[in-house]
Amino acid sequence: MIARIATEGQYELTESDAEALNELDNQAVGACDSGDEEQFKTAFKALIDFVRENGQPVAEDRLEPSDVILPPADVSFEEAKAEFSGEGLIPG
Amino acid sequence: MPGLSGRMSTVIKAKISKLLDRAEDPAETLEYSYQKQIELLQNVKKGIADVVTSKKRLQLQEQKLRDQVVKLDTQARQALAAGNEDLARVALERKNVAQTELQSLDSQIAQLEQQQQQMTESEQKLRAKIEQFRSKKEVIKAQYSAAEAQVRISEAATGVGEEMADVGLAMQRALDKTENMKARADAVQELEAAGTFEDLTALGSGDDDIDRQLKQLSSSSEVESELAKMKAELGSGSPSSAGELGAGAPAGEPAQAEQAGPSQGQAP
Repeated sequence: MIARIATEGQYELTESDAEALNELDNQAVGACDSGDEEQFKTAFKALIDFVRENGQPVAEDRLEPSDVILPPADVSFEEAKAEFSGEGLIPG
Repeated sequence: MPGLSGRMSTVIKAKISKLLDRAEDPAETLEYSYQKQIELLQNVKKGIADVVTSKKRLQLQEQKLRDQVVKLDTQARQALAAGNEDLARVALERKNVAQTELQSLDSQIAQLEQQQQQMTESEQKLRAKIEQFRSKKEVIKAQYSAAEAQVRISEAATGVGEEMADVGLAMQRALDKTENMKARADAVQELEAAGTFEDLTALGSGDDDIDRQLKQLSSSSEVESELAKMKAELGSGSPSSAGELGAGAPAGEPAQAEQAGPSQGQAP
């Protein structure tokens, strides 16, 4: 599968990585839901680090859509909350 | 997928399909999205130029603040040499605030630098994808039936559309940050010109009262220790150097800490 970290680029991951990714994503969302900023930061960092460490950067001349797109690594807690419930990072 | 990544993916895909809905004929879709890509690439270039301009402006303000620190230090010395300890304390307090502000400006400029770097990389990546799209669209137009072409187009356009959305987001974030910094730097500039430099502590973003009090405590103890150091220097230093320092501020009319120096021009 291909995951994109917004503003950073695409990474190719294996199918088993996808499951781990989903689990980490759920943790980040859970922390976001319960309003725990510290926990969110930890969980989201783990999510981004996981993709960076386990993924292979996708070549620049490959033209493929991503399966998932993650918010930028420097996303704030406020933005993440909005992303999850409201307009999202990309308005319009 | 309901998570953060799921939400983000959905939003971006929706944006891309909206972009593609405009044209019905596959060849037209291809040309339309290619044209959009080229447009965005131009915008990215412009965006990078904007970030560079803002960075330069902040660097200029940083330099002014640096000058201000030196000036306030000199003024404190002059005031102390003239025996006006209260005035020296005021000058040192202001110097302290200016130094704190300088540090945050420093880190903001570093952040901006990093963003500029990232945007330049993104631009290169987008350029490569657009190039790829350009050759792919000719192949699609030449080789596929209308129905099949539609599928290939949507794939290719989503791939490059995602890159576009991504660069757009990076650019928006960089420019937002720049705007914030500019507003802050302008506020600093205004306060400084108005001679109410000590109120700057109120500008600290996200500081609550306790933070501010703590900051004040540390800054006042810093001021006191700096004052003591200065006194010791003046006391033990050669009389000629003390006289020299005092020359600019006669006893009756000590250094004018509130005066906005000649370098305080308006923002261009």
